[in-house]
Amino acid sequence: MEHIRMPKVENVRLLDRLSSRRAVVGTLYLTATHVIFVENGSETRKETWVLHSQISSIEKQATTATGCPLLIRCKNFQVIQLVIPQERDCHDVYISLIRLARPVKYEELYCFSFNPKLDKEEREQGWKLVDLNEEYNRMGVPNNYWQISDVNRDYGVCDSYPTEVYVPKSATAHIIVGSSKFRSRRRFPALSYYCKGNNASICRSSQPLSGFSARCLEDEQMLQAIRKANPGSDFIYVVDTRPKLNAMANRAAGKGYENEDNYSNIKFQFIGIENIHVMRNSLQKMLEVCELKSPSMSDFLWGLENSGWLKHIKAIMDAGIFIAKAVAEEGVSVLVHCSDGWDRTAQVCSVASLLLDPYYRTMKGFMVLIEKDWISFGHKFNHRYGNLDGDPKEISPVIDQFIECVWQLMEQFPCAFEFNERFLIHIQHHIYSCQFGNFLCNSQKERRELKIKERTYSLWAHLWKNRADYLNPLYRSDHSQTQGTLHPQITPCNFLYKFWSGMYNRFEKGLHPRQSVTDYLMAVKEETQQLEEELEVLQERLANLQKSQSGDNKVKSKQQDRSKQTGLYTSNNSLANTPQEYSNDLKSFPSRSPSQGDEEDSALILTQDNLKSSDPDLSANSDQESGVEDLSCRSPSGGGCLPSEDSGKDSDEAVFLAG
Amino acid sequence: MEFAELIKTPRADNVVLHRPFHPAVEGTLCLTGHHLILSSRRQDNAEELWLLHSNIDSIEKRFVGSLGTIIIKCKDLRIIQLDIPGMEECLNIASSIEALSTLDSVTLMYPFFYRPMFEVLEDGWSSFLLEQEFELLSSVTNEWRLSCVNKEFSVCPSYPAVVIVPKCIDDEALRKVALFRHGGRFPVLSYYHKKNGMAMMRSSQPLTGTNGRRCKEDEKLINATLRSGRRGFVIDTRPLNVAQQARAKGGGFEQEVHYPQWRRIHKYIERFNILQESFIKLVEACNDQSHNMDRWLSKLEASNWLTHIKELLTAACLAAQCIDREGASVLVHGSEGTDSTLQVTSLAQIILDPRCRTIRGFQALVVREWLQAGHPFQQRCAQSAYSNSKQKWEAPVFLLFLECVWQIHRQFPCSFEFNEQFLILLFEHAYASQFGTFLGNNENERAKLKLPQKTMSLWSWVNRPEELSRFQNPLYEANSLVIWPSVAPQSLQLWEGVFLRWNRPSRFLEEAEEERINIIKYNKELQAKVNALRRQLAELETDEE
Repeated sequence: MEHIRMPKVENVRLLDRLSSRRAVVGTLYLTATHVIFVENGSETRKETWVLHSQISSIEKQATTATGCPLLIRCKNFQVIQLVIPQERDCHDVYISLIRLARPVKYEELYCFSFNPKLDKEEREQGWKLVDLNEEYNRMGVPNNYWQISDVNRDYGVCDSYPTEVYVPKSATAHIIVGSSKFRSRRRFPALSYYCKGNNASICRSSQPLSGFSARCLEDEQMLQAIRKANPGSDFIYVVDTRPKLNAMANRAAGKGYENEDNYSNIKFQFIGIENIHVMRNSLQKMLEVCELKSPSMSDFLWGLENSGWLKHIKAIMDAGIFIAKAVAEEGVSVLVHCSDGWDRTAQVCSVASLLLDPYYRTMKGFMVLIEKDWISFGHKFNHRYGNLDGDPKEISPVIDQFIECVWQLMEQFPCAFEFNERFLIHIQHHIYSCQFGNFLCNSQKERRELKIKERTYSLWAHLWKNRADYLNPLYRSDHSQTQGTLHPQITPCNFLYKFWSGMYNRFEKGLHPRQSVTDYLMAVKEETQQLEEELEVLQERLANLQKSQSGDNKVKSKQQDRSKQTGLYTSNNSLANTPQEYSNDLKSFPSRSPSQGDEEDSALILTQDNLKSSDPDLSANSDQESGVEDLSCRSPSGGGCLPSEDSGKDSDEAVFLAG
Repeated sequence: MEFAELIKTPRADNVVLHRPFHPAVEGTLCLTGHHLILSSRRQDNAEELWLLHSNIDSIEKRFVGSLGTIIIKCKDLRIIQLDIPGMEECLNIASSIEALSTLDSVTLMYPFFYRPMFEVLEDGWSSFLLEQEFELLSSVTNEWRLSCVNKEFSVCPSYPAVVIVPKCIDDEALRKVALFRHGGRFPVLSYYHKKNGMAMMRSSQPLTGTNGRRCKEDEKLINATLRSGRRGFVIDTRPLNVAQQARAKGGGFEQEVHYPQWRRIHKYIERFNILQESFIKLVEACNDQSHNMDRWLSKLEASNWLTHIKELLTAACLAAQCIDREGASVLVHGSEGTDSTLQVTSLAQIILDPRCRTIRGFQALVVREWLQAGHPFQQRCAQSAYSNSKQKWEAPVFLLFLECVWQIHRQFPCSFEFNEQFLILLFEHAYASQFGTFLGNNENERAKLKLPQKTMSLWSWVNRPEELSRFQNPLYEANSLVIWPSVAPQSLQLWEGVFLRWNRPSRFLEEAEEERINIIKYNKELQAKVNALRRQLAELETDEE
């Protein structure tokens, strides 16, 4: 709290990015965890909540006659433009936020103060929801070929790896330790995914310290052991996800890539995914396009193209597709690495797993997948997503890209995923929110030291509790798309990669479809379920009635029936009234959304409820036809709504003719 | 029969058909007067391909030794390849296809030969008469009348025989106004907004010329749609400088001095060859197998197709905004009033009028605002994106309209009674069809060709319950509101259903659609069951009382 110079500023204007005429006046509050803007106006008092940890940049712009503008950009792609009447107040808010958005200690993060009113047991249960031991067992290990190794039990071999890793049975501790010494940051080859059907596996590591000519017997033995763990194949693929040039440059620093001559029976392959700096810049460029005020189609497409973003997404997908194909179709094991093996490697392994195994396309399985390939294997969440103040050059949208890959797949395979787009968006949100402990720190070791599980709550439990909101209505576990490996089209497939406005223009609801097919279908399915229940009750009642009518002692059986069925009758009364409510509900669509979170959460947790409150009310918009403002401010005629009857004539003309 | 002369080789065996995402099929190729048919020699003798010659946009032939290959590019954008053994057979077939697909006489077209295999429940040729439309209008206002001034098509050759005009304007005045408007297209009612009584009219440009000619009757006609003291908007679909240049050729625009109650808004909607080129470039980009991600986006951008979509939607939204939000009447025109004008007036109605979002209402809209309004379908849709003819009058004007409807549909997926397939169907039939609906360039030509007597209407076929069910949107819930689409680039997408239809795997998307249909179907079945049971129970219980 000592960082808050200015807890409350009145008469602040919140600008609409698309139309300066749609500003609202309200009060700005700074709390220990949030920036809150509360609109004036007695009825709605709409609130916009922004977590400090979501803030990626704050820009103080030149003071104008109306006040001092403050631009806040968020990591979840929200952009907030405030105008604060007094320059001094603005400065105080600015200085406070600069500090609040850059915490220096983990303890300052929201998850340590966030309290969803769960008792200790519920918290522990929550952390147990995703269990990697269970997951490896599900995959089919340990078995004849793979075993769990305790070589890293005190993080003695590799401090960014988990304590428990699966390695080939023939890889002795000596081989593992030897191999680890020959790999960047000692990240030795370990199992990421095992394919029960054909023994093929995906392993991951960092680059070898091969330089121009160095060799390491144990490392060669390690790769040999991986090959032997798949008796069906006489070679393994080694996939270096970097562009060849980058990998070669690394040789000068004593790092590099595997020489096919030194390893028996490997096939080496470069994939060409760019590094975190290229990706950071690419996202930056794309976001600039998203922020353009009223871009022409050319501005937008050129900008998107120049950002290179979709090209990078495709590169990651291509790598995943290559690996999934090797494992599923050729039955060949694959070792994947990049430089340190915690960014591109995580992306590629998780995309490949997702393609290979339908389990990861379920809600629970997807949580498990992130836990396995990202959290446990030491993806540096803290550095990449800037949770604590740190080196800005470490920041990069690595997991964002993975999440987008999943979305792109969902677009191509609409029935294949149990979860919907909202699920992905909320996971992305919480990777940055620091509201839950899952994504804290850079490694398992750090998280254990911080006692995350005792002091914070798990996001997975929270998402699981609200899983009804995240269901894909088109998913059926017996549908053909939910079986086996997904085969995305490879050529020509460029046009299959699309801009994800649901993510990057997430807070500009005016740009999105005004009616959600997902929400509509979920509402229908909910109603269907109620109908099924009612049908059962009615059938039973009918059977009873018919029985009682055919019976001899009518009166008696009727009484019995009544007494027996009291409970049902009461519940029936309520059900009997429902059909009209159903249809009313459906009629009131699209204001109806089945995804309202539970009440008690909404005040406390910045999940969808608060997100929703910070969104313009979408349903009201389309109902009230207020889309019209979007149109006018978006039209190339220069913006501005149509003039009212009494406004000046000349200026009106200009508005229209400018087009 | 004269077609026989064109068919030198009516039949070839061992022909192999290649299509993207389908296994190659070997079979027998047959040429008839109107169709190219390939049937495989499989046991079930399943028909593999049945292609209208008029659907063929262009063909290419190649030879490797004695094996000839014909690549057929269709107006619906599909590309197929036929491998035909034998140089002579291949050459014969290619030249026959070329001749049969470019017949220059309308009366030789398939619709004149087509014999329907279905029972006609309702004759589509009389399903959408302007008289019926006027009846509906009369129930809400008496400010308009039906005029037969054009019954011989003599006042305006591209207008239908009857039109709706302000009641206070007599036929004599209309004749005078016709002389003042390009092609005789005097202002007529396009849409009446029941909510506030505002009207949208359409016409062609006024023939003011360089000396600022005026026509009192014209002024009186369009002023008749204004409420006292209110202004109206003229939406000119040309930029100001183009409209100014038009004066040199005798055209022009409504000048403020003579139309003081009207405010002119210029919007730029591309026409003719610019659109056609854009269409060709886009299709080229979509068919390019080689390029990488980068080039795809630049090619998409360079085609300018989505820019045209954005401009057109913006203009239509503006017209709708003027009517609904400003409470003003609107007159829309460009030059001839047969292309961009109709795009704007018909799209504005999609936005404003819930009726136009039903299947029946949308058909009525297409009939009223495109067919009867004299959009020259035969000229515009003579060739598609693969043609090399580069005729000035070919342009995907109607396709652009359909795509804009699709864009709005995508943003309001529950507000349309019809589905994407219905829009695609109209696109196909506008370019090649067994039905006579889209033949001819206006009602006058259609009457002369006796299309209603000699051909079957598309609507006769499509409005039969078994066909109709394929085009219903399962998500539809009548939405009585005005629907305002977003025209931001982020909100507009390539219409994959048309442009990527033949070169993307569609199985997974079709399965998704099936799933959507099933979810809703099951729900409705349950609802019916529950209602029936409830009724049954109620009866039993009253019996018992």
